[in-house]
Amino acid sequence: MALPADTDAKLAEYAHPERLVTTEWLAQNLGAAGLVVVESDEDVLLYDTGHIPGAVKVDWHTELNDPVTRDYVDGERFARICGERGISRDSTVVFYGDRNNWWATYALWVFALFGHADVRILDGGRAKWVAEGRELTTEQPKPEPAEYPVVERDDRTLRAFKEDVLAHLGKPLVDVRSPGEYSGELLHMPDYPQEGAVRGGHIPGAASVPWAKAAAEDGTFKPRAELSALYEQEQGLSPSDDVVAYCRIGERSSHTWFVLTHLLGFEKVRNYDGSWTEWGNSVRVPIVQGSERGTA
Amino acid sequence: MSDLPPALAELVDDFADVGPKDRLQLLLELSQELPDLPQRYQDAAATMEQVHECQSPLFLAVEVDDDADRRVHLFFSAPPEAPTTRGFAGIMVTGLDGEPAADVLAVPDDFYTALGLAQAVSPLRLRGMAAMLARIKKQVRAATAS
Repeated sequence: MALPADTDAKLAEYAHPERLVTTEWLAQNLGAAGLVVVESDEDVLLYDTGHIPGAVKVDWHTELNDPVTRDYVDGERFARICGERGISRDSTVVFYGDRNNWWATYALWVFALFGHADVRILDGGRAKWVAEGRELTTEQPKPEPAEYPVVERDDRTLRAFKEDVLAHLGKPLVDVRSPGEYSGELLHMPDYPQEGAVRGGHIPGAASVPWAKAAAEDGTFKPRAELSALYEQEQGLSPSDDVVAYCRIGERSSHTWFVLTHLLGFEKVRNYDGSWTEWGNSVRVPIVQGSERGTA
Repeated sequence: MSDLPPALAELVDDFADVGPKDRLQLLLELSQELPDLPQRYQDAAATMEQVHECQSPLFLAVEVDDDADRRVHLFFSAPPEAPTTRGFAGIMVTGLDGEPAADVLAVPDDFYTALGLAQAVSPLRLRGMAAMLARIKKQVRAATAS
């Protein structure tokens, strides 16, 4: 029951245009059967101040993470999260959120781990919807609960663990953190000291491409040609490469994962969600400091 | 938490009395009630201190009266798209504004754990509130040292 793709001309340039929708498309399709809109924000209260009519909320901290183990929820819990929000296995799910869709792409990536087929991002996210003066409501939707099957999460295809990264050394890596974190001057992201590590620097060989470079001023993704210049021409990455992206906890890098996979058509990109909070705290893993990539 | 200033103790009780979902609602109300900055700070944002530990831009100013109690006044600036940060600031203003400096300094650094927000907001996000209190105390100490 997938909804038709947005045929917008800018989107058509991307490798997989069906992974994005414009605000215009969403406004026209709100309420359509088979469509569920999900807001996923950094700020846990932002949805409650007003959201796209009918949109449901998924919070990564409190809902997508297992409350005890550092891992994502399992298949049963995921099925419950979806079912309660009226999401069935064949729903078209459109994610949007604050901060250039940072957390929206993260939520989409977690849905992708569970193999949910039709997941899309609202290009420009919450900020663009608001800037265009489109409708927001504080009315809580009451979705008809859906039956969502219990599916096993696939941790091999889109996700990398520390052991995978150790075996991957020498192949392309993208570090999407700020330049200060990459060089090792900062032990945490600017303004986020709670996600610290005992060692600073980057994984040997990693290219430095801060994630937000992929976003334009209005929060939309940059046009394909600019993204291609950023990752392919400037960094020498190629769509046939085996790439691992990382940040501190795997959320900023899910944004880059989305860009490489769906907008540029890279065939094999994995997100290392352990990221620097694991690597920079691990005993005896190789680290490079300074602005050069270094070698493994 | 009998050693908390009365308004803050009352807030802690309010949070403790309800379930996680309603705690978020309380926090949202506090974010909406956060007073606007007085004009003198709107014109002088650079004189305010940034609370870097918060995930969204938050600026703080502390004034201490010259009276015997050295009463403390708090001023915050945070954008509407950061309601959680505004809610944390609202807890500080509602609970501590107008209290004597000594009582503000006596607030336990971990008082926020009693709000029961860890489950609804996540422990990571809560650290911003700890940082807010630490910075308030630092400014109060500096203002009362001389």
